[in-house]
Amino acid sequence: MSIEWEIVVGLEIHAQLATRSKIFSGSSTAYGASPNVQANLVDLGYPGVLPVLNREAVRMAVRFGLAIGATIARRSIFARKNYFYPDLPKGYQISQYEQPIVEDGTVDIVLDDGTRKTIGVTRAHLEEDAGKSLHEGLGAHSGIDLNRAGTPLLEIVSEPDMRSAREAIAYMKKIHTLVRYLEICDGNMQEGSFRCDANVSVRHKGRHEFGTRCEIKNLNSFRFVERAINFEVSRQIELIEGGGSVVQETRLYDPDCGETRPMRSKEEANDYRYFPDPDLLPLTLAGDFIEQLQSELPELPDQKAERFARDHGLSQYDAGVLTSSRELADYYEQVVLALGGEPKLAANWVMGELSGFLNRDNLDIGRSPVSAAGLAGLLARIVDGTISGKIAKEVFEAMWSGAVDADEVIGRQGLRQITDAGAIEKVIAGVMAANPAQLADYRSGKDKLFGFFVGQVMKATGGKANPAQVNELLRRMLAS
Amino acid sequence: MISSGFFPFSDADGAIVTLTRRDVEDIAHLARLQITEQELPVYAGSLSRILEFIEQLSPAVTEGIEPMAHPLPNQVQPLREDAVTEADFRDRYQGNAPAVEAGLYLVPKVIE
Amino acid sequence: MTAAEIGRGLRAGKFTSVEVTRHYLERIDHSNGRLNAFITVVPERAMADASRADAAIARGEGGPLTGVPLAHKDIFCTDGVLTSCGSRMLANFIAPYDATVVLRLAAAGMVMLGKTNMDEFAMGSSNETSYFGPVRNPWDGTRVPGGSSGGSAAAVAARLAPVATGTDTGGSIRQPAALTGLTGLKPTYGRVSRYGMVAFASSLDQGGVLAQTVEDAALVLAAMAGHDPRDSTSVNVPVPDYAAGLHRSMRGLRIGIIREFFGDGLEESTGRAVRAAIDGYRALGATTVDLSLPNLPLSVPAYYVVAPAECSSNLSRFDGVRFGHRCLEPKDLTDLYKRSRGEGFGAEVKRRIMTGTYVLSAGYYDAYYLKAQKVRSLINADFRRAFEQVDVLMGPTTPTPAFAIGAKVDDPITMYLNDIYTIGANLAGLPAISVPCGLVDGLPVGLQLIGPHFSEERLLAVAHAWQLESDWHRRVPPLFA
Repeated sequence: MSIEWEIVVGLEIHAQLATRSKIFSGSSTAYGASPNVQANLVDLGYPGVLPVLNREAVRMAVRFGLAIGATIARRSIFARKNYFYPDLPKGYQISQYEQPIVEDGTVDIVLDDGTRKTIGVTRAHLEEDAGKSLHEGLGAHSGIDLNRAGTPLLEIVSEPDMRSAREAIAYMKKIHTLVRYLEICDGNMQEGSFRCDANVSVRHKGRHEFGTRCEIKNLNSFRFVERAINFEVSRQIELIEGGGSVVQETRLYDPDCGETRPMRSKEEANDYRYFPDPDLLPLTLAGDFIEQLQSELPELPDQKAERFARDHGLSQYDAGVLTSSRELADYYEQVVLALGGEPKLAANWVMGELSGFLNRDNLDIGRSPVSAAGLAGLLARIVDGTISGKIAKEVFEAMWSGAVDADEVIGRQGLRQITDAGAIEKVIAGVMAANPAQLADYRSGKDKLFGFFVGQVMKATGGKANPAQVNELLRRMLAS
Repeated sequence: MISSGFFPFSDADGAIVTLTRRDVEDIAHLARLQITEQELPVYAGSLSRILEFIEQLSPAVTEGIEPMAHPLPNQVQPLREDAVTEADFRDRYQGNAPAVEAGLYLVPKVIE
Repeated sequence: MTAAEIGRGLRAGKFTSVEVTRHYLERIDHSNGRLNAFITVVPERAMADASRADAAIARGEGGPLTGVPLAHKDIFCTDGVLTSCGSRMLANFIAPYDATVVLRLAAAGMVMLGKTNMDEFAMGSSNETSYFGPVRNPWDGTRVPGGSSGGSAAAVAARLAPVATGTDTGGSIRQPAALTGLTGLKPTYGRVSRYGMVAFASSLDQGGVLAQTVEDAALVLAAMAGHDPRDSTSVNVPVPDYAAGLHRSMRGLRIGIIREFFGDGLEESTGRAVRAAIDGYRALGATTVDLSLPNLPLSVPAYYVVAPAECSSNLSRFDGVRFGHRCLEPKDLTDLYKRSRGEGFGAEVKRRIMTGTYVLSAGYYDAYYLKAQKVRSLINADFRRAFEQVDVLMGPTTPTPAFAIGAKVDDPITMYLNDIYTIGANLAGLPAISVPCGLVDGLPVGLQLIGPHFSEERLLAVAHAWQLESDWHRRVPPLFA
């Protein structure tokens, strides 16, 4: 590449709001029901029906706006976006166009290498979701399921501030964390509760104008977003360098071959003919309504991470990992509380053993067989010297498989650490006597053999000797 | 252009709007309406006439005037409690549907 | 008999609802072929409802409308009964639910005789665009009854039903009422729930009544009106007992005469009859003020931007997928849409959908739609200023009496200009009523009264005062006496 290319990415995230009922009707939003059993007359767009706005959807949108420091519109308008598609029963989607409920917020992201960046959020608005089309198994037909039609969505639109797929992922993860912290969205990407469209373009570094962008729709995993962006960037660069130009179009990502391709059914540019929906009046929010929601906001991930770093002495990185989910952070804090301190120890175990086992068994922290109190009980036994860290791992595994608590396991398996200096000295003496050659080598200068002796002592004690004491006593006795 | 009374529309000095067949085809496509070859010029004629009629609005002085999407001033949108109030009436609603299978509404296959 | 008289008679035990209902069913059977006022008649259900009403009356329950028959315009969804909106698109549509208006009038004990014919999807001023054929004016079978509530008007005028519901978006209750010698009331926007009333132009549509008298209109309005949580645009304002407050002195009433309504285009005899009625009010002690509402001439072009725009979107749901007409053997999705809609909708509906699509499209939105909504503000302001000086505005309802069937179908604009006096009240959401005020060459003409928002009580009282002084409203078409 003779010229340096700059990547420009903006993301549009659709988060399904976790309300009980739909945004404009009293149908259930529960996932997984039989086709069309959760589609009432309003959802089906029958003649004569009318929309009525769900209060909770409004509250959730406002809370999101407050959490990103955005302006909450005291007056916002619902507009109709008109187009024909079978999963859109009314032939229009009720959305917001010129006056959305949330505008001008920001989100801070931290990349893997620790760099921080602020990404602008242009707007977030309320709209209704469409239904689903099924194209397989129906012969020459497609089948339409309108259970999802009318589910509330919050569409979150970023500024085109991201300059790499990595930044895009970091932003997407941050939004994902935020909506779950606020309990406005369950973030379940497999079920389609959290979807992302990526707008990707390239330009020569130093240029101010944006290149022609393509929109890649319906990316439902972080990995897909990253791959799709990277593929698209390469595609556009190759195209331009080959003398061609990028055509503005909507594309889909095919995970099987890792490529994007144009979306056939939307190949014609659509004129959506937006106009204010006459069936809905301007959404007008009172100042104290907004203030009340502001006062009820939970501690947000950035604030929590900052507090962990400041008050618990954790590194930025550790604080970031622990606050990536509210449940994880709460669990961690409960451990620290129950332990009466030892944040670093707690952090290591939560991020290490606990997370490892959760991943292995594909469990959410909410389903962890080891509770925060249980883990705290285990860690307390490390702190008070009853067991070593290594033995603790065995205990943890037993607790994971159903043991009641740490003490029960320690007692039953006789795992108490040996801390009696006399007993350890006896074992050391025995090991020294049993290994005269190594003893002689060590005393003649082969320091590396220290580890050998440690190993032998641990073996002889079934791993239960207190490592610190073993170290200290062994050093003394080997030296003399 | 607006003369007194209610019949200001004047062929002589009104604005002329002529929609072509192509214009009508485009509009009909956006609106998903099938218009036959014979009908195209007829609709082009009547739509042109309607648009000419509507042109009477252009000279109206509307700088600084707020558009009204709703007829009553100061109405605000009421909010509904977030509760599930609907039962499953699928069979009843689908009884009348043109094409249904396994609870799904059928359309000719769509390729995305 | 009027609806009020029927109600009084039923409660006094003079006759039963079953008898009254049978009477109307027989009249419908006899005359509907000629008039084509009804699309659907429900005799078994009507008789069953009538029996139930009789039982309620015998128990001492019920109110002024219990057991009184009525007809519903075929734009109101009626559970289990065909609801066609006068269109091929819904010619097979059995509604799965009742409109709020239907529920409320049923709760008041009224007995539905059937569903009346109308201009397709309420678009028209002559009831000539219905898929089910034109409706004939009972006063002269070669003439239109007006539209879009032409079937309801013909039914009540010919006494095939004592009273009927209608809808009014640009004059569709008032204009047919004027052309058939009836009292037609369009309430304030938001007074009556639109839930279940198939939408034409959502910010203009309002359900109302076509009746023989103002008293009947008041009784039915009281039963229909009221806040509905299922309609976000319905207003939470208490419903007074409209019939109780009808008797008022007209002394001191300030009447505004709309200057723009009495210019060119108002047929001479029609104008004379209207002026005579206004003179009648002066004789009762009212004063009149000549007022100009200078932006009112723009109401028709503004309406023909806003209404088509809204309807082009409202009618997108008719796509052959979940209900309604579907074309045979669609080749693909686009073909399904285009042919189902092409076959299902008539020419006027297609014209309005295309007009609406055009004025909302990119590049035209500002010049047309936004402009029209600004003009709407100007018109509203004109009315507001007028009501600072007067209590009620008066003028003609239509420029002429009923015209011949087929006379205006060739040019949409000529047809649209039938609504020139009525459209303003829709744009401003104001309550308006038309009452009969004369016969011109044997054909009825109407006086229109317009009041400020939610002034139905006074408006009805003022209209009622005219009916105490005149008997135009008691005239019956000669063929149906």
